[in-house]
Amino acid sequence: MKPKQQNGKRIKIVLAACLTVSLGLLAFNHYKPGSDADSNKYIKVEGQQEAELTAPPFVPKPVGDRAATKLVVHMEIKEQEGEMADGVKYTYWTFGGSVPGSFIRTRVGDEVEFHLENHPDNKLSHNIDLHAVTGQGGGAASSLVAPGHEKVFNFKCLNPGLYVYHCATAPVGMHIANGMYGLILVEPEGGLPAVDKEYYVMQGDFYTSGKNGEPGLQQFDMDKAVKEQPDYVVFNGKTGALVGDKALTAKVGETVRIFMGNGGPNLVSSFHVIGEIFDKVYIEGGDMINKNVQTTLVPAGGAAIVEFKCEVPATLVLVDHSIFRAFNKGALGMLKVEGPEDKTIYSGTTQEGIYLAEGGGIQSMPVGKKEVKSTKPKTVAEQIKSGKDVYGKSCFACHQSEGQGIPTVFPPLAKSDFLNGNTTKAIHAVVNGLSGNVTVNGTKYNNVMPAQNLSDEEIANVLTYVYSSWGNNKTNVTASQVKGQRNQIGH
Amino acid sequence: MLQFKIVGVVFLLVLSTVLTAQNTQSVAIKKGAYVPLYGTTDKKPVEVKAFNMDVFPITNAQFVVFLKKYPQYSRSNIKGLFAEKSYLSQWKSDYDYGTTNLSNAPVTNVSWFVAKKYCECQGKRLPSMDEWEYVAMADEKRIDARTKEEFNKYILSWYEKPKTYTNPVGKTFKNYWGVYDMHGLVWEWTSDFNSIFLSGESRKDKDTDKNLFCGSGSINASDLMNYAAFMRYGFRASLKANYATKNLGFRCAKDLK
Repeated sequence: MKPKQQNGKRIKIVLAACLTVSLGLLAFNHYKPGSDADSNKYIKVEGQQEAELTAPPFVPKPVGDRAATKLVVHMEIKEQEGEMADGVKYTYWTFGGSVPGSFIRTRVGDEVEFHLENHPDNKLSHNIDLHAVTGQGGGAASSLVAPGHEKVFNFKCLNPGLYVYHCATAPVGMHIANGMYGLILVEPEGGLPAVDKEYYVMQGDFYTSGKNGEPGLQQFDMDKAVKEQPDYVVFNGKTGALVGDKALTAKVGETVRIFMGNGGPNLVSSFHVIGEIFDKVYIEGGDMINKNVQTTLVPAGGAAIVEFKCEVPATLVLVDHSIFRAFNKGALGMLKVEGPEDKTIYSGTTQEGIYLAEGGGIQSMPVGKKEVKSTKPKTVAEQIKSGKDVYGKSCFACHQSEGQGIPTVFPPLAKSDFLNGNTTKAIHAVVNGLSGNVTVNGTKYNNVMPAQNLSDEEIANVLTYVYSSWGNNKTNVTASQVKGQRNQIGH
Repeated sequence: MLQFKIVGVVFLLVLSTVLTAQNTQSVAIKKGAYVPLYGTTDKKPVEVKAFNMDVFPITNAQFVVFLKKYPQYSRSNIKGLFAEKSYLSQWKSDYDYGTTNLSNAPVTNVSWFVAKKYCECQGKRLPSMDEWEYVAMADEKRIDARTKEEFNKYILSWYEKPKTYTNPVGKTFKNYWGVYDMHGLVWEWTSDFNSIFLSGESRKDKDTDKNLFCGSGSINASDLMNYAAFMRYGFRASLKANYATKNLGFRCAKDLK
């Protein structure tokens, strides 16, 4: 009995030892003894240079293999009016005149001399808390600066990673809600691996006195902010900051890196790119890399670095996959990938038929009572501009960015005989939806388009935009024409 | 003769109102108590004694009169110790506020030292922060409107309006005490503008200090929703006595005899 027991014990001990050693090995693969900061604080700096700052969606050039240096940053605070959405104005408080603020790029060991400059026309005092800073308030305690003044403080970059910075003057929430946040990158020695394209995207939630879409100058609404009920959730400070001709671009075969931050103040982002899979995610902007990720969480006051290679041409859609935020509150951006197709990776539709289990009746979007009145009638040019935004939100997903549609599934709007032949039919389709057989430019389509929950004016604008684009006949559709169709019962 | 007398009296009355307007009207503020957002560690009400407060902030025109009498405070004569470079920088010259600044707009870009001197030369003084806040918490009808949503919204909306320092005085609302422009025109100096950093007890001091930065931003605040006031305390805390800022003016107060 006794020897047997001992034997069993021995096996257990050996197993435990193996486990410990292998765990230890695993750990040593990833971590050096002691923290990065412990060793990085001894990195010597050479020379001095002025930091390059960039407005989103661009980032300064990589640090490469440069030595740690004394890096001088001049960051100017500006309180300025901007456009949150078409016709919706908002007074933003900014670092460097943009939301998010200027991108700062450093490397470990850099000694940053930070100049925070508060423009004389500004009303308020501000400061800055950089999450990359080790020290009281992340710099906030040393940087409270009155309008027309400048504060300077120094810090050493000890930990590599992607960090949020923000204003931390009371009331902190309001300063952040008005746009006072941005990213600072601390690259490891030798820099991050080279990629083909790098972009800077940051999510933020906004709280306006009026509802989403209500035109005019909107004020910050603190009740909504406290209740965490934003009217806008957007990338780069406004709806449409990354769509249309402002979309990000890449070519097939290129590797894209997005520095993705979340300023909050309240919401956590479920960052996802429709039509891609992240090859690599630097989780929370730190050292750990996860591979093959669909959606990554970006906490408020946090960041992530995502990388993916673009294999096929597509318009990739950046969203917060808390999806109503994307399609109803603005958290939507685009990355246009151009280049040759690869049918093995993605074929497009190869076969198409009809399947009717529950009947193919017309679906409709729930109708709210909103009928947003604009203050004055729009010119055709203004209609086209607004219509473009509506298109980006409501039509683009099926009819595609250049109105080309998707062959055999969604009909084209470009050079469309259906549209150009009969304006009334076009209005009718948007107002009431459309299903069953339609023939457009000689091709038959059989699908369902839901009735769109848009105001008369929005429909007029989007149709005017469509008619003015892609070789159509430039018909100007008015809100009253749309109203006329709305009042017709049935279809 | 009687007619002459009446005319004379009317004339005197008109003259005196004109003169007092020139001289800056002030009104009596009755004593009371209030709980400030910051500055009391025990959240007990602070007593404010009765005093006189100017109805309007000091204007460009009034300030020129002062400078002509005390030229050592003019832009070219001022000692750097008492006012930084931006002192009266929006003016055309030493004694000329130019055509872009209204005569009845509040004078701004004035340092605390000079504002204090101005009031002393009128036989007055700068209001204390408690006095200022006490008067500023009144709306048209109430002594304390701080919990009223509309009131806070009004104050907050000013933060988003650009260049209000170019507006004339007396165009915002007249509050319970008969005082104008406590909100909606410019920030104002108080005699002890940075005193909440100096409560005396060092450990508490530190905590109060941190309040204006991240983290504990609301722990010591007596009214969580009083965002509007947070801004004033934050702004004041960033000032130094020689600062001159475009959105910062002042008015005077006086002890009651």
